[in-house]
Order: sequence, then structure tokens, then C-alpha cells
Amino acid sequence: MTLERTSICFSTLALWLAGSACAQGTVYVSSEKDDALTLIDATTLAVKGTIATCKRGRHLQLAPDGKLMLACSDSGVADVIDPASGKSVRRIPLGDDPEAFDVSPDGKTIYVSSEDDAAAVFIDAATGKKLKEVKIGQEPEGVKVSADGKLLYVTSEVASLVHAIDTATGKIVKNIKVGKRPRRMAITPDGKELWVTCELDSSVTIVSTADHSVLATLKFEVKGARAQDITPVGIQMSRDGKRAFVALGRANRVAFVDVAARKVTDLVLVGKRAWNVALDKAEKRLFVVNGLSDDLTVVDVAGAKPIKTVPVGRVPYGVVVVE
Amino acid sequence: MRLAVIALMLFSTLFMASGAARAATLKATLISPEDDPRLERTHLERAYLGHPGGPAADGVQVALDEGGFELEAAGSAVALSPATARSAETARAAAQAAEKAGAAIILVDLPADWTLAVADAVKVPVLNLGAPDDRLRQQDCRPRLYHLLPSERMRADALAQALVSRKWSKLLLLVGPRPEDQQRATVAQASIKRYGLQVIGTKPFKLSTDPRERDLANTLLLTAGSNYDAVWVVDSDGEFARGLPYRTALPRPVVGDAGLVALAWHAQFERYGAPQVSRRFFKAAKRPMTDRDWAAWMAGKTLLALAAASPKGPNAAWTQALAKATVDGSKGQSLSFRPWDGQLRQPILLTDGQGVIAQAPVEGLLHPTDVLDTLGADAPEKLCKAVR
Repeated sequence: MTLERTSICFSTLALWLAGSACAQGTVYVSSEKDDALTLIDATTLAVKGTIATCKRGRHLQLAPDGKLMLACSDSGVADVIDPASGKSVRRIPLGDDPEAFDVSPDGKTIYVSSEDDAAAVFIDAATGKKLKEVKIGQEPEGVKVSADGKLLYVTSEVASLVHAIDTATGKIVKNIKVGKRPRRMAITPDGKELWVTCELDSSVTIVSTADHSVLATLKFEVKGARAQDITPVGIQMSRDGKRAFVALGRANRVAFVDVAARKVTDLVLVGKRAWNVALDKAEKRLFVVNGLSDDLTVVDVAGAKPIKTVPVGRVPYGVVVVE
Repeated sequence: MRLAVIALMLFSTLFMASGAARAATLKATLISPEDDPRLERTHLERAYLGHPGGPAADGVQVALDEGGFELEAAGSAVALSPATARSAETARAAAQAAEKAGAAIILVDLPADWTLAVADAVKVPVLNLGAPDDRLRQQDCRPRLYHLLPSERMRADALAQALVSRKWSKLLLLVGPRPEDQQRATVAQASIKRYGLQVIGTKPFKLSTDPRERDLANTLLLTAGSNYDAVWVVDSDGEFARGLPYRTALPRPVVGDAGLVALAWHAQFERYGAPQVSRRFFKAAKRPMTDRDWAAWMAGKTLLALAAASPKGPNAAWTQALAKATVDGSKGQSLSFRPWDGQLRQPILLTDGQGVIAQAPVEGLLHPTDVLDTLGADAPEKLCKAVR
């Protein structure tokens, strides 16, 4: 991390000398059609470069060891990138057509949704060996591990289910019926609620993690947009669990949600087909990738206002902030 | 296929929720033509856009195979059995036999007249997978007849919208010799008028090399003598249309049954999870997924949606649920049936056969309630008088 910060400071030396603060971090954006990550300076909000990756990179996540992991659907691997050097350090085979993944809290196991095989695949992070394969509903997408690592949640877009899987046995504990085309998930920091975005239901299904019952459905409404154009996908919660940020797809907006009240507080206009979202560490800025306008919108969280749009790669998909 | 059905039932039974009350099985029958001329090898090999690529059962089965978990979660099951027909009469008999055997829904991939014979013979809902005829949605509509495949008019409207968005407004219309070509040309002309486009000339064509008929058969002669932005060809057979692009007197695009074609689906569609659907279909059926296959797949998805919504049935509950069903067709939004004529609302793809060039409804087009209803017969037109 120190090394990384140094290198970023170095690369923005001119700015730094000119009196502006040293860059606080880098925003990494994956794009489905470029086989590269776009790097954006989190302070200047300017593109500062790209990193070549495996083919058709989609889900992007920071692993517990601080390395960036990118799932590549066409290459069938995860590219592990060291943010400090900006280089790929290894590639972990993830099987056919991996879409999204999560990593166990101890960093030892990678859980992958294999879109083509309709399976959740458990992979040993150290050796890259396949440990287990759990057959689930068609077109699995979002993957989320509980904080204690005991339960794995995977969505099936076709079956409109969230499969709750016991990570120890690989058995399905419960198939939870949620809204149409479930995509992504977030777990409240207290571990009590699982929020599932449902793309074709204009909603988030809120599930109790205790008994896997559906607690509530949060429907999104946007003035001037019809329900079929409100297609939620990406979701992230603030660290205190008070707010959730949901990308509303073709409604071209991000919703700010009061988690306790289960109410939308703000709707922020972003680019076309808002896809995934990420917060910076201070939770002052929200980065939104726009799948159909090939750009990223930077949103000021306090003011609930877009402040800049940055062009990125073709069909951008995932976003991660490294600070 | 029977094997697959049994396997599916077995699968569903195995996973049936422990302790839950035993659910009813939704029984459905698919009636297809016996010795279907559309599926003759030479015809399939030509792979004309908008023509079937294989049996409708392929698409239905892919949907049922992928529904295992959804059915398991709901504690329900679907059983599909096949039947064939040689005529309207045998189609009617097959439908009655299926209804007697407990079928809750009947699927048909039959000509329009046979479809009507089936719809009139039974009290259960009928899903039309293969007849695009507008009359089934208009003057000959039936209360419990639903349509998965877009109507001819929906396709013509989609094409007209695409032409409007390109400002290609002057059209030369070439019409084939078959009776259905005449009907479809009338539909095309109505769409052209609706969207403010202009037909600068209409000419009949004929497949021939007879020098005495060259005015009808020679593409250069047919397309010379006037100025136009595009040639709209109506050719239900397909052979003439296939040879028209790049053989026009003026360097203008061809649309209609060749060139740019409006279809429910194309295997190269890249958005909304479509590649996964096409890939699953290809794996199972060993051929690319056509628009007809999509309609058949959607029929299977509809059965799953009904079984999942009312696991215990009975048939009456499924009939009711059908009118309100929403189904995910991997075209970016939930799709539903129009209450006035039973047609499945849906976006339509404009393809040149290699990829998807555009989608309809085109961007910027407005509608008071649902922009998908800019394609095909809309409610205020009141073209279907049947009480649904």
C-alpha cells in the first residue's frame, strides 16, 4: 500500500507540486469489450492510463490481500492485479464463462457464478483448483458471502431465485424467491438483511438472513420513467449501513436509499444504463459505470449531485476504488 | 422428447419441497404439423430469415429444462406432451384429446386455420407459437388465444420505425406472387402510411429466367426508372428476396424479407443476457436460435411462470394467471400479453442476418401507456371484438 501511494504521488508529482493534495487513490473500471482496465485518478478525476487484462473482463473486486481481482468471461480466468505495480501477478482459472465472484473472508476460497454451466463454483485461491461445483438455476450472476463465511448467496437471473448455499457442505440451504431477474446483492453491516436488486422488477427484495424470508420489497419509481425502464443492477451500502446506493439501469439514475426506512431519499441523473457503483473510502464520492454510454459518472454523495463524467472503455461493467 | 419430459418431472419431483402439499402438475400439449413442409431439409438449409430453423419443440424444451430450480422453489411441475396434425380436423381432434387427458394449456405451431380450429374446439387457453397472421389478432381473434410470435404488423411497424429513424422515406415496394404476399404487402403499406413514409411504386415480381417475363423477374429492370431510398420486398418464399440486395439498379438498401429484416430474435443479439439464451439453445438443439425458436422458448417460459405462480393449479387458476403473466424474454424488460388481443408485447430486432442493427420501438418514439404498443394493433383500434 505504501508503495502504491508513493507511485501515485510520483505520477501526479506536477499536480502535487502545484499545491494540490497528493492523489488519494485510483478508480479502476473494467470494460467488456476492451480487455483492459481504465485507471482514473480519484482526485483529479482524469484518466491516467489503462492496464491490459484477460478477455472480456466483468466483475471487479478487491481481495482481502489488497490485490485487484477481475473475472474474465471469455478467458475463463481471474486476473489478479497488483495495484502497486499495475501488473497482473497471476491468473486463476475460474471455469467456463465466469461472471461474478466473491472471496471468503479468510481469502482462501473464491466463489464464482459460472453463467454457462449454471453453477456456483468453489475455487481454492492458492492453487486455483476447483473444490466444488453446486448446480443452481440458469444464468447465475451476483455472488455474496456472509461476513462469517458460512453462507454463500448466488442469484439466478432465469429462475428469479437467490440460492443460499452452505459453504462447508456445498448444499443448497434455501432457494429464496425474489423479484424478476435478480442481479446483485449487498448485506447490511449488522448481517441481518440481504438486499437483492431485481432488474426486471424495478425493485430490491430485502431478505432476512436469519430465516431467509422476504421482509420487504423496495420498488423504485422515477418521475417520467416507466416501470419497465427502471432496471436496478449494482448496489453498495455505506459502512455504517445507513444508506444504500442502487444503480437503476435504463432509468439512467442512481437511487440513494435510507436503509432503515427502506425509502429512496435521492435520485441522481447519471449516464446511460447505470450498471455498477462503488464508494470511495471517505464515502464522499460515488462512482457509477454507465454500460451504454461508455463512461463513468462521479457523484458527490453529500449534495446528491453528479459532478463529472469521465469517458472509459467500451461497455464498462465493474468499478473499484483503491486508496 | 418424451424422455426429456419424464426426466423433467422426475427432477421436479425429486426436488419437491419436503413436507409441502403435493402440487398439481401443469400438463400441456404441443401440436405441430405432421411432415411439416417448412422443416424439409432443403428448406431448412436455406435458413431464410423469419422461417423456422427446426421443430418448435426444441425451444419449448430448452425453457422447461432451465426451469428446474424455479419449479422446485415453487414446489410445482410441468409436463409437456407432443401431438401432430395433418389438417384442421386432426388438429381439432388432437386438441380435444389433449383437453380430455387433462391438458391445462395447448401450444400450437400450426397454420392460421388450424390454429382457429384448435381454439374453437377447446376451453383451455391456446398459445400460438408459429402463425404470424394478423387476422388471428384482429377479425378472427379468440378469447383464450395467445400469441408468442410477433404479428406481421408488429414486424412491419418495427421496420417502418427503423426507416423513419434513418429518414429513408421513399420506398419501392416489390411484392411476390403468393396470396400471403398480397396480404403481407397490405400490412406493410398500412405501416408505411402510419409512419408517414411514402411508396413511390409497387411492382409484382416473379422468380423466372424466361426472357418474356423479364419485367417481372429481372432485378435491374424492377428497380430502375424511379428514385427511392430503399426497396421493401415482400417475399414469403424467400428465394427472390435473398437475391435482391446488391442487384438493384440504384445503390440502395433492401428491407423486408431480405437485407434488413424485422424479427423477434436473432442469435447474434448481444444485450440483456441474450447470448446466454442463444448459447443454451445451440447446445441443446445444435443449431442457431431463430425468431421462431424464441417464440417457442417463450411459450415454455410462460408455462413455467404459470406453474410457479400457482403451484397447486387448478387449471382455472392457470387460465386466469395467463392473462396477467409477465415473462422475461431476455429482451431487456418483462413482457406481458396485450389484454385486447392476447399478443405478447415485445421489442423487435432489426437484423441483416449477421447481427442486430437496431431495435424497435426506436428511441424517441412515444406512446401514452407503453411504448411497446407502438408495434402492432393497439387498444383504441378495437380490431379484436372477442370479449377476453
